[in-house]
Amino acid sequence: MGMLLEVENLRKSFSGLRAVQGVSFAIPEGAIFAVIGPNGAGKTTLFNMIAGVFPPDAGVIRFAGERIDGITPDEACRRGIARTFQIVRPFPALTVEENVVVGTLLRRHDVAAARAAAADVLKRLDLHDKRHQRASALTLPDRKRLEVARALATEPKLLLLDETMAGLRPTETDRMVAILRTLNRETGLTILLIEHVMRAVMALASRILVLHHGAPIAEGTPEEVVRHPAVLSSYLGAEAL
Amino acid sequence: MTARFGIEPRAAIALAALAAVLLAAPLFASDYLLTVLILILYFAYAGQAWNIMFGFAGQLSLGHALFVGLGAYMAAALYVHFGIGPWIGLVAAVAIAALCAAAIGFLAFRFGVAGVYFAILTIAFAEFARIGFDHFGWVGGSAGFFLPVATYSRNDLWNLRGNPTLFYYVMLALAAAALLACHALLRSRMGYYWLAIREDEQAARAVGINTFRCKLVAVVTSAGMTAVAGVFLAFYYNNLFPEQVFHISRSIELILAPIIGGVGTLFGPIVGAVLLTGLAEGLTVALTAFGLDVPGAKQVFYGVCLLVVVTLLPDGIWPPLARALRLTSRRD
Repeated sequence: MGMLLEVENLRKSFSGLRAVQGVSFAIPEGAIFAVIGPNGAGKTTLFNMIAGVFPPDAGVIRFAGERIDGITPDEACRRGIARTFQIVRPFPALTVEENVVVGTLLRRHDVAAARAAAADVLKRLDLHDKRHQRASALTLPDRKRLEVARALATEPKLLLLDETMAGLRPTETDRMVAILRTLNRETGLTILLIEHVMRAVMALASRILVLHHGAPIAEGTPEEVVRHPAVLSSYLGAEAL
Repeated sequence: MTARFGIEPRAAIALAALAAVLLAAPLFASDYLLTVLILILYFAYAGQAWNIMFGFAGQLSLGHALFVGLGAYMAAALYVHFGIGPWIGLVAAVAIAALCAAAIGFLAFRFGVAGVYFAILTIAFAEFARIGFDHFGWVGGSAGFFLPVATYSRNDLWNLRGNPTLFYYVMLALAAAALLACHALLRSRMGYYWLAIREDEQAARAVGINTFRCKLVAVVTSAGMTAVAGVFLAFYYNNLFPEQVFHISRSIELILAPIIGGVGTLFGPIVGAVLLTGLAEGLTVALTAFGLDVPGAKQVFYGVCLLVVVTLLPDGIWPPLARALRLTSRRD
């Protein structure tokens, strides 16, 4: 299977601070890939470069074989990279349905068709019953799922999830994990997730990259990574699992 | 569901009744009442146009007098200097305002000018125009620009010359058209994109929206519609002074109706215009009847209205009113 996303030697500094350096990895089509690491490890910076929020200082990002480093966020989404935000940002005054319709409109110009497509996405994310509620009235777990729904509505090839499980109770986490697994299995959607909740990472990811101070310290299958000495000492702690 | 994407039967009946009354108004209204109604419709129309930019797309303009003035001067100049009628002049007026808006929008959005800074930019351009037209001799400069006034034996719709009834029906048609246009816009793809940008521009970009282009479309649409109000203004009042037409108080006056009625709603600008202009004129009449001459009473009244709405009804009057009357869902 071909590589959907390839990242080579990515580097980014913010006024002298090396946020990301020497990061390389590749995600095959249909995989679920996780990036973990302590706070300030550069995970979100890495994410933002892939999503087109800012360009890398050096390095190459290839998506479906084409270079995409330095493109704009809307261009990234049009090419098939959808993202969620670490701090959820649905369109608060719009209804749940309208939020998702904004997403489905990307691939279709007809509003009626976009609404029909939105209904499917809403059902997938268990939000169909709440479609007429304002997004601002939702609980956090619902807003997190709405965030995923809106991203999915753009029909991406790659879904970037920025700490989608943070702040969720274990039952809500399991619900999200189940939804994402189904999506991956049924639609072949490739997922790149940044996550602190190891319960979710272990349940979802086929490969994990560990960042520390902006640099990779380990990469491998979940079983390999959690036994890696550098990972244990810098992030998980010896008693973590 | 009917409330969200159609019109409730109650609302349809209310709207039909209102339309009937408005259509028949010249039959029973005095000339004075008719001029008040013209003013109400004018502010409803202009407020609707401004609402596209701020209420829908979230881009605050405090310089909409610029587009009114450009439209007014363009149509008036074509009429006075070349004998070109207002309906053809309208096309040129809309074009010049749209072009100007595109230039302002391009500058602002290309260089990331947003929020209050964007609002200040719109004021700046309106002020440029005010000072520029003061020295623009071809259209009279600060001494004013006048359309020929004569007594007309009959109404001439083609040249927009005639009695208040003619202007009333023209303004009524414009206000109705603006309402229908905004209704359609709000339910279009662009409408959804505008609301998304208003709510959260970064999130809008993340779902693939070309926010630069969408904001530009909002500004151009709003300016073009506003210029039509300017053409009407020129042919209704027959005189234009840069100090009046482009003045910032005109820009502020124009945005009061949608703010008080409900920003981003379809009927807000209309309700706001009825309330503000209607009550302010009523106040003037009442004061005169009691033999009182209070200069500035209207402005004080506007101020009180703003205060009350801002503190008690931050969404404007229309949303709670519509709910109380069970007329429509929130977005209308």
